[in-house]
Amino acid sequence: MQRYPLWKGVLLAAIVVAAFLFALPNWYGESPALQLSRRDRAEFDPATVTAIADALKAAGVPAQEVYTDDDGRLWARFTQVDHQLKARDLIQSRFEGQYAIALTNASRAPEWLNTLGLEPMSLGLDLRGGMLLVYEVDTDGAVAQLLQRLERDFRKELRDARIQYQEVAVAGLSVHVTLRDAGQVDAARKVLLAYDPQLTFAPDAPPGTLTAALTEAAVKERQAFAIQQNITALENRVNALGVAETVVQRQGQNRIAVQVPGVQDASEVVRLLGKVATLEFRLVETTASPLEAERTGRAPLGTRLYKQRDGTPVLLKRDVIATGEQLIDASFAPAQGEPSVSVKLDSRGGDEMLRTTRENLNKPMAVVFIEKERELAMRDGREVAIDRSKEEVISVATIRGVFSNNFQITGLSAAEGTELAKLLRAGALAAPIIIVEQRVIGPSVGQDNITKGTRALVIAGLVLFGFMILYYKVFGLIADIVLLTNVMLIIALLGMFGAALTLPGIAGIVLTVGTAVDANILIYERIREELKNGASPWAAINAGFDNAFSAIADSNVTMFLAGGVLFLFGSGPVRGFAVTLMLGVVASMFTALIGSRALIFLAYGRRRRVERLAI
Amino acid sequence: MVEFLKEVPSIRFMALRRWWYVISAAVVVASIVLVMVRGLNLTVDFTGGLVFEVGFSQPVDLEEVRASLAAGGIEDFQVRTYGTASELEVRLPPAATGAADADARRVIGALRSIDPTVRLNRTESVGPQVSQQLGQQAALALLMTLLLVLIYIAFRFRWRFGVGSLVASLHDPIVAVGAIALLGIPFDLNVVAALLTILGYSVNDTVVIFDRIRERFKSMRKAEPAEVIDRAINETLARTIIVSGCALSSVIFLAVLGGETLRGFAVALAIGIVIGTYSSIYVAGAIALDLGASARDFMPPEKRGDVDDLP
Repeated sequence: MQRYPLWKGVLLAAIVVAAFLFALPNWYGESPALQLSRRDRAEFDPATVTAIADALKAAGVPAQEVYTDDDGRLWARFTQVDHQLKARDLIQSRFEGQYAIALTNASRAPEWLNTLGLEPMSLGLDLRGGMLLVYEVDTDGAVAQLLQRLERDFRKELRDARIQYQEVAVAGLSVHVTLRDAGQVDAARKVLLAYDPQLTFAPDAPPGTLTAALTEAAVKERQAFAIQQNITALENRVNALGVAETVVQRQGQNRIAVQVPGVQDASEVVRLLGKVATLEFRLVETTASPLEAERTGRAPLGTRLYKQRDGTPVLLKRDVIATGEQLIDASFAPAQGEPSVSVKLDSRGGDEMLRTTRENLNKPMAVVFIEKERELAMRDGREVAIDRSKEEVISVATIRGVFSNNFQITGLSAAEGTELAKLLRAGALAAPIIIVEQRVIGPSVGQDNITKGTRALVIAGLVLFGFMILYYKVFGLIADIVLLTNVMLIIALLGMFGAALTLPGIAGIVLTVGTAVDANILIYERIREELKNGASPWAAINAGFDNAFSAIADSNVTMFLAGGVLFLFGSGPVRGFAVTLMLGVVASMFTALIGSRALIFLAYGRRRRVERLAI
Repeated sequence: MVEFLKEVPSIRFMALRRWWYVISAAVVVASIVLVMVRGLNLTVDFTGGLVFEVGFSQPVDLEEVRASLAAGGIEDFQVRTYGTASELEVRLPPAATGAADADARRVIGALRSIDPTVRLNRTESVGPQVSQQLGQQAALALLMTLLLVLIYIAFRFRWRFGVGSLVASLHDPIVAVGAIALLGIPFDLNVVAALLTILGYSVNDTVVIFDRIRERFKSMRKAEPAEVIDRAINETLARTIIVSGCALSSVIFLAVLGGETLRGFAVALAIGIVIGTYSSIYVAGAIALDLGASARDFMPPEKRGDVDDLP
């Protein structure tokens, strides 16, 4: 009789049970679904839910289930893709413009799994359908914008200080100033430093000239700003699509990848993401009631009615103090006493701000975030562009002092401050972006990939399992159980790490399952060899595991290293492959070396004497 | 016991290795020439450009599709069937950016004249900024992986074996790429993942055989290196056949039943498995042997006298 340490058995069982639970939601599969979110981002009330369900039933495309999720979105699940598509067209025509509709898949897992927080692993766009957009941010353009603004502001600052110049021009990464009177160089430098204390002047400039060069740090900062600004803007717009599981992430040096699963109308997504954002700084009208204006729908003369993010109305004066084009930077500073957002404007904006704050001390000022989108519509058989804009007040703060182009907004929580700084940056003069990659995979193509791919893998698996049992008897059965556990572990790990399964990811799984089969075969062949050489059953088993260990370890370590390199250097599909490869290696080492040994103990360990092994 | 090989065979693999070198070298050269002359069927992932997969409600005539696309003012297009006769792939050359919407509208608009219910199933558009980089990145990842594998195997098995496995790992993807060029399989990023899988598979196979060689060098100290390597390969032959057979059957199922998207990928894998099995027997072991692998590679370093080490 052989002993297996109890703690090891318990640990093993615990891991397998946990993996089973994590992998379980995937078992139920997904059905085609529609996901609706209200354009005004409000939640659905029960009456609307019933109304939509009834409308679908009446049109002959009954939904299996209609329900709302925690984020206030409405889901309708169907049995067929056909019904899903018809239902979308129906809702689009019946409730025109009220909802953002996305075609997607909903998990069929029972409720209790969802309450446990266990969800199926997400599938890559190639498997579920959806859209990938890669934008390239023109970072050089962003630096050029910065230099042009410096040039413009230098002229204005010098003019205001009555210092005459012959020329102010951008040359490379610096702005070159030639004064009429060489004696005024020091005065000019003082003026420009007052405008921006961080300017550095070249020490070897010829007499009568000044050269303000952008430091490398400043260039880098401007480029980082341009990318961050666009990421924030894209995140905002992607969230506004109302689709679950969207991804916006930086890719390499200057690209941003956006993944939107399930949406079919690609051009609408491109249009919505291609909006232009800007800001307006305006004074708040405090003498009239915004609630009154909202009720009557009429704003007093010289004012306009706006809404804040939480929906409360606010009246703003029509005169604009500064716009997003004049915003140079906005950053959140959490450390200095209380959280604040520091804002930096250009000269023109600073002048206007100075005048306004001088006259309106202790009055509130607001920042409006504006997004314009260009929509193409057919009018009389021709495509015409219509501009639409969405305006929202993102900050109302009281003017506590007289300031010009540098000021702070305080009285915010850390979270609010971070959000405000992000929005302000998103509304600054945008660095241009272009689409460099666009992939749209229709849901039917994705579905087709899944059904056919799964069927092929299941058949291949069954054949493999059958062979193992035929060839290795009880040990083959053990290997099959171990392999199933292996796949289950990979799926559970994918779910836990939130990694999406893609087609190349399946390749990674095929490879690791292949090596896991190999590991078992190596061990069993070794046991057979030992038996032939006359070893007793237990001696053969132990020798089989011990001798096969170095080969299994070496090949798995090699593969794990390879996976690591691919993850670091690859992108997109190659990365997906690397992730499943690494997770698979971990799972297969565990199952082949520990799991299968434990099962052999389970099968033979209790017997007093083992005469023969069924191998 | 069900067994393929009742007895451990005693095939003298190493005796014939010169012939296999010639054949391997010839196949590698042929693959490279084939890729250079015939070229790979590169997809938009690497060339840039646009691909639209469109589905009609019934089979359509390619000529009719070409005529209607031309009538719609679309230039430089290629059309081919994709899967069934009612599904087509329209390919356009790269534009200045990777945006696809305007072209998608034009293509679908032109095809509506044939079938008003034509659907756009898939769009892939890769701008010139990206396509070049995707190729470079994949190549860099592949190279770095090879380098790391070389270092690890050299560290675990001595440098001769590292070189052997490196040559085998280079050999396999090259021949696989040659076969892909020969069969005209579309070369996309998924095929790159398949090549990486082939590489992993080949390394795994090589490591298993090397491991047995290492063991036999330790236990058969008096034998000739060629004899030891032959013995190790023969002893693992049953395992090699079973594992390759299992893997091959799985990917063949994937190729036949897996649908159009998976086919190229699975065929590439199948080719790679066959080559990988061969190369770990002939290329990796044989090169290690010819570089002078011997029992000395795995002897523990000689101990100095114990007395000297005492304080």
